[in-house]
Amino acid sequence: MVKPDDLGRIIDEHPFFQGIDDKLRALLVGCAANERYESGQFLFREGQEAAKFYLVRAGTVAVEIDVPGKQPIVIETIGEGDVAGWSWIVDPFRSTFDARAVGLVRVISFDGKCLRKKMQADPALGYEVLRRFVPMMAHRLSAARLQMLDLYGPSKAVAQVKAAKVKAVAGSRGTNRSPAARLAKAAKQKKDG
Amino acid sequence: MNAVPKDPMLPVPFRIEKVRRDLSDTFTMELVPVEGGEFAFKPGQFNMLYVFGIGEVPISISGDPADRSVLVHTTRAVGAVTAALDALKAGDMVGVRGPYGTAWPIEGAYGQDVVFVAGGVGLAPLRPAIYHAMNNRERFGKVMVLYGARTPEDILYKKELERWRGRFDMDVLVTVDRATGKWVGNVGVVTNLVAKGGFDPQHTTAFVCGPEVMMRYGAGALEKKGVARDAIWVSMERNMKCGIGVCGHCQWGSHFVCKDGPVFRYDGIADLFSIREL
Repeated sequence: MVKPDDLGRIIDEHPFFQGIDDKLRALLVGCAANERYESGQFLFREGQEAAKFYLVRAGTVAVEIDVPGKQPIVIETIGEGDVAGWSWIVDPFRSTFDARAVGLVRVISFDGKCLRKKMQADPALGYEVLRRFVPMMAHRLSAARLQMLDLYGPSKAVAQVKAAKVKAVAGSRGTNRSPAARLAKAAKQKKDG
Repeated sequence: MNAVPKDPMLPVPFRIEKVRRDLSDTFTMELVPVEGGEFAFKPGQFNMLYVFGIGEVPISISGDPADRSVLVHTTRAVGAVTAALDALKAGDMVGVRGPYGTAWPIEGAYGQDVVFVAGGVGLAPLRPAIYHAMNNRERFGKVMVLYGARTPEDILYKKELERWRGRFDMDVLVTVDRATGKWVGNVGVVTNLVAKGGFDPQHTTAFVCGPEVMMRYGAGALEKKGVARDAIWVSMERNMKCGIGVCGHCQWGSHFVCKDGPVFRYDGIADLFSIREL
């Protein structure tokens, strides 16, 4: 079992809470636990109470949406140094996605109810936690928007291009050969002197 | 002797030695000059490739700059000329004008960490610079390749990325926008890989290539991480025709992308990114 002192050290070392004030860190430790998830286990599931959030210490967590009859759609992967779960802080405190361990995952989990209670009682803690969560949420929103753009996908012109390609294949049989052959012949003649 | 003559408007015949299918719409051609000779270029430069009777198209050179015997181009079929290129086979000929444009200042990054951020087929113009970094590995600090693709099936140079990742002296991170099949790697945008860091931002030179929106956000993520604007380089794409800054087709603000670019230092063009009319 991890002792509170060790939990405090681990929280302090994790990028998400790095540099947090000692007093506030002690409050966090009171709501924290060390956990591990085997490959395929869920940290949380869509629609369930968002009871916790997690600092990922090691491994990869897939955030995904379950599609009946099909493979789940992975929206993003979260790794070492990241945070999994923010629904614990947003009313009605229900998870909006599934989070599944891809391989062994080690986390520090935080009890949402416990932390919300402390944040309510201590605005300094509330501000500090929100100050760290909001940029992370903004980053995820921005990344999700970029992902939606399908930047590397085929453009609108592709259908036209495919048609042009068929045409070009036919065209190349007739148009490309003769000038190319002429150039090759000219080059050979030049080389031969 | 360089295979390309001094007249910049005169295409020189090259024979296609080999064609490799990289992705469903992307292929790599190896070209050799019909009249012999070598082809010297700098990483990041491009050629105008002429499909006889169809037209010309600017394509970045994607081979090893240390190997002058063969000219390598990776092309995605997205227009009439590139579709016609896609229809050619080994033994066919194309006309080549070039090399044109500015280069990735990879030698200027000696002594620094170097981060290559690529999206989609944008890995192709960066590959010569990556080869240079590998050929001169002792001259750099960390070498990182951060690559984003649409799906696992759309990962360009997959085998090569695997080989690079197997080296002990460089870091290769790959992410996809959409996971398919049995993919258990990263899912998310390439800027997420930048945010993870692993390089010393104060002593890093970054080269970014991909769709313009990806470069804008990629450069932004590097800046946020602490990399200076003057240490970030991007490669722009515009409708290039002459390739030598005469016709004006590729004008971008006060720049001609073919002559002043395609590789630009980010601090010089960052403001242009936000001008929608350009």
